[in-house]
Amino acid sequence: MEQIFSNDFHYLGLIVLFPLLGAIINGVFGSKLPKSVVDIIASGAVLLSFFFSILSVNILVQSPDSVLTYTAYQWIYTGSLSLDIAFMLDPLSAMMILIITGVGFLIHLYSTSYMAEDPAKWKYFSYLNLFVFAMLLLVLGKNLLVTFIGWEGVGACSYLLIGFWYTDDEKAAAGQKAFIVNRIGDFAFIVGILLLYSETGTFDYIQIHEMVTGSAAIAIAPVAAPAVILIFIGCTGKSAQFPLYTWLPDAMAGPTPVSALIHAATMVTSGIFLLSRLNGLVSMSHEAMWIIAIVGAITAFFAATMALVNNDIKGVLAYSTVSQLGYMFIGIGVGSFVGAVFHLMTHAFFKACLFLGSGSVIHAMGGEQDIRKMGGLKKWMPVTRMTFLVACVAIAGIPIIGAGFFSKDLILWGALSNVHAAQIEPVAAGGIQVQYLISQALPAITSGSALEIATMAEVISWVVYLLGVVTAFMTAFYMFRLYFLTFEGECRADEETQAHLHESPPAILIALIVLAVLSFIGGWTGWPHVWAPEGAAHYMLAFEHWFDPVFQTTQDYRIANRFGDGYAAWEWGSIIVGSTMAFSGVGLAYLFYRKRPGLPRAVSERLAKVHTALLNKWWVDEIYDFLFVKRAIQAGKASYDFDRFFLDGLLVNGAGFVTASLGKAMRHLQSGDVQRYATYIVLAIVLALMALL
Amino acid sequence: MFEMMTTPLLGAPLVADGGIPWLTLTTFLPLLAAIALAFVPKQQFNIHRNGALLASLTTFLVSIPILFNFQARIPVAEGQPFTFQLMEGPIEWIPSLGITYTLGIDGISLWLVMLTTFTLPIAILSTFSAVNKNVKEYMISLLILETGMIGALVSVDVFLFYVFWEMMLIPMYLIIGVWGGDDRIHAAVKFFVYTMVGSLLMLVGILYVYFKTDVNGAHSFLLTDMFAVVQGLSAQEQIILFAGFFLAFAIKVPLFPFHTWLPLAHVQAPTAGSVILAAVLLKMGTYGLLRYAFPLFPDAVKLFAPYIAILASIGIVYGAIVAMVQDDVKKLVAYSSVSHLGFCVLGLVAMTPQGIQGGMFIMLAHGIATGGLFLCVGILYERRHTKKIKDYGGVAKAMPIFATFFMIMVFASVGLPGLNGFVGEFLAILGTAQSKFLWFDAPLVSTIGEASWQFQSMENGTFPAPGQMAGPEYTALAFAAVAASGVIFAAGYLLWMFRRVMFGPLTNPENQKLRDLNGREILYMIPLILMAIHMGVFPKFYLSRMEPSVDQFLRYMDANVTAKDTVRVERIDSSYVPVKSLRHDKGEEAEAGQ
Repeated sequence: MEQIFSNDFHYLGLIVLFPLLGAIINGVFGSKLPKSVVDIIASGAVLLSFFFSILSVNILVQSPDSVLTYTAYQWIYTGSLSLDIAFMLDPLSAMMILIITGVGFLIHLYSTSYMAEDPAKWKYFSYLNLFVFAMLLLVLGKNLLVTFIGWEGVGACSYLLIGFWYTDDEKAAAGQKAFIVNRIGDFAFIVGILLLYSETGTFDYIQIHEMVTGSAAIAIAPVAAPAVILIFIGCTGKSAQFPLYTWLPDAMAGPTPVSALIHAATMVTSGIFLLSRLNGLVSMSHEAMWIIAIVGAITAFFAATMALVNNDIKGVLAYSTVSQLGYMFIGIGVGSFVGAVFHLMTHAFFKACLFLGSGSVIHAMGGEQDIRKMGGLKKWMPVTRMTFLVACVAIAGIPIIGAGFFSKDLILWGALSNVHAAQIEPVAAGGIQVQYLISQALPAITSGSALEIATMAEVISWVVYLLGVVTAFMTAFYMFRLYFLTFEGECRADEETQAHLHESPPAILIALIVLAVLSFIGGWTGWPHVWAPEGAAHYMLAFEHWFDPVFQTTQDYRIANRFGDGYAAWEWGSIIVGSTMAFSGVGLAYLFYRKRPGLPRAVSERLAKVHTALLNKWWVDEIYDFLFVKRAIQAGKASYDFDRFFLDGLLVNGAGFVTASLGKAMRHLQSGDVQRYATYIVLAIVLALMALL
Repeated sequence: MFEMMTTPLLGAPLVADGGIPWLTLTTFLPLLAAIALAFVPKQQFNIHRNGALLASLTTFLVSIPILFNFQARIPVAEGQPFTFQLMEGPIEWIPSLGITYTLGIDGISLWLVMLTTFTLPIAILSTFSAVNKNVKEYMISLLILETGMIGALVSVDVFLFYVFWEMMLIPMYLIIGVWGGDDRIHAAVKFFVYTMVGSLLMLVGILYVYFKTDVNGAHSFLLTDMFAVVQGLSAQEQIILFAGFFLAFAIKVPLFPFHTWLPLAHVQAPTAGSVILAAVLLKMGTYGLLRYAFPLFPDAVKLFAPYIAILASIGIVYGAIVAMVQDDVKKLVAYSSVSHLGFCVLGLVAMTPQGIQGGMFIMLAHGIATGGLFLCVGILYERRHTKKIKDYGGVAKAMPIFATFFMIMVFASVGLPGLNGFVGEFLAILGTAQSKFLWFDAPLVSTIGEASWQFQSMENGTFPAPGQMAGPEYTALAFAAVAASGVIFAAGYLLWMFRRVMFGPLTNPENQKLRDLNGREILYMIPLILMAIHMGVFPKFYLSRMEPSVDQFLRYMDANVTAKDTVRVERIDSSYVPVKSLRHDKGEEAEAGQ
């Protein structure tokens, strides 16, 4: 990576600074300020950040460098370790800051209305601004440590916001669970980056990237797999992947805009961001990539099954988020980093829109979240309904008019054409495997000689792909189930609720409309390759090309699909399969919840056991509680008993007792009887002599 | 002989160039104030309170010039582990025994002195409403304690150090025993006996080394003279002496399994006592390790380092999981200290720049964060007279300002980046991972046998690919990983406690009546909050003043340990100009005197 380092692009500092200032002002003085001022400070801070983000990205586009950096100050300096608070703007962080500040601003705007009644609004906005600050640190960080500061910071803000209504113990517990489960991941994260540091001697992304793509790669190769796996475990915590996803559904206890911003659009995608940031390192280890892909696929599938039967409007969206994040990890695992970040972006649009839509509904319903008590809401809430529908189309992946179609298709195509299936032997130490694959593996495959050896890898590849496809079907089904039950049909709410139903105020609607528009057109930046004619490729594949400087391997992977030159037919096949899944999912939902409303009950009775398992979320929470939480407390109790009765009781007090007893015993020796003393002296001398001789 | 005995303590100019003796002033100001307060009638509570506060604040102000006059980069004392500056003395105190009055400061003691002078006014301010009996004696105890702590930190003469060390013991014993809870006598006696046993072992060690010193035919207690003995000690001597020193300091830290006095002492001590105990007294243990036990017996440290690391690692996890099941808030915080100090010792014994600086940073960060937590517990206790977690719940509703402060302290203690707890723990873990000092000695491992199996299996295993990393390197990584697991537990016990105390419905009528912080309480919490943030955001301000001292210490250890290439010396640009050692200076001075 040749680039001129401009080390003083201070806009980056400003972007980060505004939300921090907003948080401090509202946090310290907010309780005394009028609510409108609180709104203006909080939203204004993020808007300013957004404004400077646009300016910065614009400068990045015109700049000959692919990276702009800014070093704020030296944070830690000990021995050979020097850590700066430094930021970098490259195509990846550019996309992230636009999402964070852009979507973030819309959600702030939305919150001004949504939280209007809350007496602690100032605190809410202070936390929310602080979150934006931490999230910006996370994505703009030039080294792993700045990212980690943000990483933990967003976790803390998430904790505070989930438990925002802390007088409800259930909500406070949800916040705590989120933090602790995330910490399990963070533990692995720390060990992972230490392992990486012990071989590379740096935390700097640019240096790490240079090392893993350069001659130093041979030295790093042995730790690549464990380091990536450990960092990935950190990502499973933050990005709610199996087995650490359980906190996210509970996190819905927080205010709905928080769910939209933190638990859908931004924070939960930081795992995908981080692995994309480390794409050079990740691509060094195909074992690690397999694990990522498999975990992603399993999560996508199981979370989707749980969304099928959930009756809480936010619950469905929560499991849907877990599932969609699984997709993104599939993308990373199969080397389609572009697919992953593309889905990250479209998901941010449509999922934020869905969550905010659900918030609008919940507000109108007076806090009711059960979709069985909704229905027919389109009569009262036309705008909310339209935007929700657009977002549902997007997530279901309806071709062309749904943004999710493009990004999901890219990931599924990546999974299908995955070069790893062609892996015929462990990668040569340190070599960049993609180049190796192109030069060695592909010819072997086309000539048929490597097929047998690659069987296992191919099986895994197909499993990941098929899980992705089935999940696409389920996604379309549960989203339209949600849509039909909420907005179509007869209203099942009671009279009183119906009387109060109303469309939301403008601040909420504006946010919804903007996000709906983005969900509609957001995918048009990355069309399937087979649809992009030679001349228009520059525009139709704009998204991929934007990331060319970041994902050095992108083109390699694009070329190195395992179908070789004849890939076009396969890609068409992938598109058709994906679209079919989307349409049939929507169709089935229509059949179940519009045409034949008796069917769902009949099916659930036929599949009673599965239905119960799904309703109970596969009992994962209960299993964890039994396996870990209870064990940890048992261990604590046992250790405490050991502390009191053995260490302190037996050893310490025992030593004291022995000393005291000895003292008492010795007292008898001091009788004052001179003759007895003489006897002792003689005895001692005899004993000493015996010992010497 | 007579003439020598009457050598005036403060007769000769303390500071070579006749400047102001800041260290002496800082050390003895509290003691002078204590003496003055002794003449004030017992009933004059306000005079005692405000007088003590004023004295401690003045002490803090007087200590600030120390920070500003301290120079991070100064010529290094050759062959010595430490280069003291702002030296006062040496003045002969008991010349016949080679005892002098010598004060000095370096990057290792600087921040601990500052921490002490910073903490004391806060602790004293917190007692205004908490202590209503024997206020006079309480304030005097606190002030004498301050002199003891500062004196122990700035002493360059080991005898002087020991005097101050013992001087800390009595006031703390009284503070626990007189103003403590229901079980205070038991706690005080346990604290006293436990610490005393350690102190005596250390005294034996000090005397042994003292008799080995030889300065122009006489013995010397001067620290710098003692280090000259190091090379002459046999391995056996080192091991035995180190064991004595180590035990004394390990009890003080307290390192698992010598910690059982701590929860008891903390729970029984009054708030100010707990704050000082946590913030400063425990650090005397880690400070002593670094200042005395490690540099005096380098080979013994190398031998024991892996085992110390094992104890520290056990302490991290053990302290955390025991903290988790406590039903008493104060006991929970006390056990969390065991866990945090485990990090600290692990970092110190790693013998890497990051590890030692991390450990030193933890000393400060833990002082602020845990001191703050004890203050928070004290604030609750003063209002409700209970420390049981189950008696609380929903307090955040009644006390919003308190909730904010408490939350920040909890986050600092949890190790959230941006606050002070993270920096130290991260550096300590990083330093541990890089350490070669923690590798088991090959012959030792083979004699012990059991310990080797895991390394063997790792070596033969496939994780990761062989070649780059094999064998003992895992030892350090394993310690680092165990330590890192502490971050999970810390979040577990602290947030769980916080939820049970502060969150949930506010149902108990007793808790509904709770009033939020008053001005005085806000006044003493704010500095701690600001410090927690400043240390987290600008750690370099603190680290840069430790760094040269740590570097010199590591170079010394590297030069004096038999197992070469185990101490990690990282700084390549050593821009120090070596000058004559302190001992040399003193010799010349003696000659000039003659």
